[in-house]
This record gives sequence, structure tokens and C-alpha cells, in this order.
Amino acid sequence: MLIGKHSDIPSSLITPKDQYLNRRRFLRGGLSGAALAGAAALGIDRIADVVSPRLRALAGTKLETVKSPLTTTGEELTTLEDITHYNNFYEFGVNKDQPAKNAGVLPTRPWTVRVEGKVKTPKTFDIDQLLKLRPLEDRVYRHRCVEAWSMVIPWVGYSLSEFIKECEPLSSAKYVQFLSYYDKHVQKWSNESTIFWPYSEGLRMDEAMNPLTLLTFGLYGEVLPNQDGAPVRIVVPWKYGFKSAKSIVTVKFVEKEPPTTWNQQGPNEYGFFSNVNPNVDHPRWSQKTERRIGQAFYNQRRTTLMFNGYGEQVASLYNGMDLKKYY
Amino acid sequence: MKRSTFILLKTLTWIACLIPLAILVWEAFTNKLGPDPTATITFATGSTTLNLLTISLAITPVRRLIKPLGWIGPWRRLIGLFAFFYATLHLLTYIALYAGFDVNAMINDIAKRRFITMGVTAWLLLLPLAATSTNWAIRKMGGKRWKRLHTLVYVAAVCGVIHYWWQVKPGVLAPMGITIILAVLLAARPVLDWIQDRKPRRAYSRT
Repeated sequence: MLIGKHSDIPSSLITPKDQYLNRRRFLRGGLSGAALAGAAALGIDRIADVVSPRLRALAGTKLETVKSPLTTTGEELTTLEDITHYNNFYEFGVNKDQPAKNAGVLPTRPWTVRVEGKVKTPKTFDIDQLLKLRPLEDRVYRHRCVEAWSMVIPWVGYSLSEFIKECEPLSSAKYVQFLSYYDKHVQKWSNESTIFWPYSEGLRMDEAMNPLTLLTFGLYGEVLPNQDGAPVRIVVPWKYGFKSAKSIVTVKFVEKEPPTTWNQQGPNEYGFFSNVNPNVDHPRWSQKTERRIGQAFYNQRRTTLMFNGYGEQVASLYNGMDLKKYY
Repeated sequence: MKRSTFILLKTLTWIACLIPLAILVWEAFTNKLGPDPTATITFATGSTTLNLLTISLAITPVRRLIKPLGWIGPWRRLIGLFAFFYATLHLLTYIALYAGFDVNAMINDIAKRRFITMGVTAWLLLLPLAATSTNWAIRKMGGKRWKRLHTLVYVAAVCGVIHYWWQVKPGVLAPMGITIILAVLLAARPVLDWIQDRKPRRAYSRT
């Protein structure tokens, strides 16, 4: 279960915690994201260059970002080490330490995202096109896994609604479906589980158009590490983490609720909506509390917030819906 | 064997049984419990419980198969009690770190999550065994009654394994190893009975 040995990294290269925390505060405070992301990332780049191949998987391009009014404040960020070494990405193995070891084989260039279904004309976007479509924003979001652990992650991206405008969906499009990259020859570990690939997820149109829903290209000011869903994913912070599909290759606008992978695996455990809801238990555990990753064992337990604390922005989407029924 | 050898071997066993705890404490102090330390501690204490319980259940079949190893009998109690010790740590981890000492939350969990129901059951079955593990208790109860009570250890072990199966995600096969070993050990007793105590065939029956 050991994620990393501190002895791997010469202490002279480790950015002291108070320094990088100060840099985070600066970021939120109002200086250009690019300069600060660069400064913070400098520490990470140096580490990656010098030590284990495992960390080299993290060494990505720095992204030029702007600050966002939609970022979450008042939360301590989860470390890059934890965000990149504690992943559920079953195509690369079912254990949480496997994606960091195995996702290096994911080919992130060339990469295209195909837009099809109920749209004016089907299109194909190149990833580099997508990166330039809108300014990239720094968005800190809470991330709550259905397994009752959580993180706070500084994502980089822009609202999915901006991308959807470019897709020109027809009025008959009521849902958006996301399909992730899948190649059984590349992702050899995908048969460790009984899941049918490719990974499929979906949102109702109004959920997809909500400004919080993020078309995501990076974290901590750098491009997404492979194990975190490179090169492009979505992040839907008010839903359980499995709804935030990774490594997306197809965006399909559809009329009916699309099939989603975890709902197919366990229909009584994983619903289509899967809004974070402390009042609706998972069949096998309570959802009233969560364990914050990276904290000392006596300091992990937190109360889970309705809609993961984003109720102000999203509760109205579900007015009149029985969330016990539509879990 | 010599008394000093006996004491030495028992001491070494104490040390070996405390190693899993020592590792956890060391990892806690050096911040090496991983990103989700609660889950790490839970898994470590739970798997040590099952492993020690299994080892203690292996002692009698081993004694019966390998006569010169008859002296390991006294180790059943020592290892069994350490299994109860780790089971208690595992339970305390749940109470403190998962439930946060919230009694309502615990009652809810025990009633609704079947894997927790099973886990608590397993611990409750081990409790009277730990309580009556002393020489005084054996004397007071009498060998026969004491033996009958302590057959509960088989039930506790089975409950522990079911608890593990019900805890993991559907499709995960992690508990398979310990299940097979335990199944073999539980089957070993009646099988050994049948092989070793088979009565010789008589030409005529005697009343």
C-alpha cells in the first residue's frame, strides 16, 4: 500500500510545504496563473527530471491559465503525489496504485474528440484545437468518490458549456454521452475486471451546460498526467467521481438517457445521476461521511456535503426530483 | 523440552505476533500509511486477524499429522488471543475512524450493512473465547464444557471470511486465498478423524 518512498527524492529538491502553499495562495489571490503555475511546477519538473520514471510520467507541459470565479476556496489542496498515485482507472488495473505504474502506455498524441449524434454536423476536434478554444481556467474543486474518500484538486480547463456551443446540438439532444479511450491491446489490464469497455458516462443536457461542469485538460497548472485521465476529461464536482469520465474520445448528443458503465455493473449501487448525497446511502456503506485523502488517520473523517457543497449552483437542476429514487 | 527453551520460543512468538502492530505504528509516525491511512489500518488489522486465526486453527491438524510436533499445542491459545487482539484493534478502527464514536451511525451500520453485521458477529463470537482462555476458566468450566464452547472459533473464522467477501467490490477475488486455506483446515479435522480413528473391522460384534 506504500505509494512512494521519501528516500527516492533528495530533500534538496522537495519544495518546502510552506513555500508551495504560499504559491497556491498567490494563485488564488490574483496574479497570473501562468507565472505561478510555472514557479510551482518548477519544483515538480526538477524532481521529475532527476528521479524515478514513475515521477517522469508527471512531467508535463505547463499550461497558461487564468483565475476563475468558479474556483472553490477555503479547502486545503490534496498533494500532487496523492492525486497522481491514488487512482481508480480500471483499464490500467483495479488497484489504486496501478494506473500510475501502467498508464504511461496511454497514447495522448495524436488525440481527437469526435462529436456526433443529434448535432448540426458531426465534427472532429483535435486536442490542440480544444486547448485553444477558450482561455484555460484554474478551478479548484472538491472530488468525492462513491467509495467515501475525497480530495481537493486544482483542475485546469473551461466550462463544458463553451465546448457544447461549438458542437451545435439540435433541440432533440436531451443528454450528452461520453466515451473514453479503449484499446485492449494497449490497456492490457482491462480484463482484470468484468467491466464492458469502453467506459461510458453521461449527463442530462442541463447538467452538461451548468458552468461548473469542466472540460478538463490539466491539474496543478500542468497537463493531466495519464493516470488522471489525459489528455482531456470532464469533471462534474457535485457528483460521485466515477461520473467524471477520463480520456474522452467521443461526445455524443442523444435523445434518451445513455447507458453508463457503473450503472450497468451494479444498477442498485450506481445510478445515472449519482449526485453526492449524504441522505442516500450506498447499499453497502453510508454516504454521510467521507475520508479526506492525505490527512493523518485521526484527521480524515469529514461530513459529506449535499451536492458535495455545490448545492447553490446545482440544486435547482433537481427541483421536484425524488433524489432517493433518482440516485 | 526444557523450560528455558519453551520460554524462549513463546517470547519469539510474542515478538512475531507484535510485528504487524509495530509496522503500523512505525508507518503512522513516519507518515507512510499511504493516501488513505484509515483504509490502510483497517486492512492491516483485519488481514492480521484472519491470518492469526488461521494459523491457530492449523495447529491441531499439524499436531495430529506430525506426532513429534505435539508440543505446539500451547501455541493455540497464544496465537488465538493475538487474533482477538487484532480483531479488537480492527473493531476500534471502525468505531473511532469510520463511525467517529457516533452511536447512531454505528447502530445504523450494524443493522443495514451486512458486512458490518457479520464483522461484529465474528468479534462477539471471539469475545467469550478470549474471556475463558485462562487456566482458571478451563478448570472452572471443566474440560468438556470448555471444549464445546471453544468450537465457536470455527464459526468465528467463517464469519470473518464472509465479512471479507461482503466487504470487497463485486468481482474482486482478494479473499479467495484465505478462504481456500480455511476451508482445507476446517475439512482437515473430520478427514483426520476418519483416517486415524477408523475402528478395525470385527468378525463379530460385541455388545
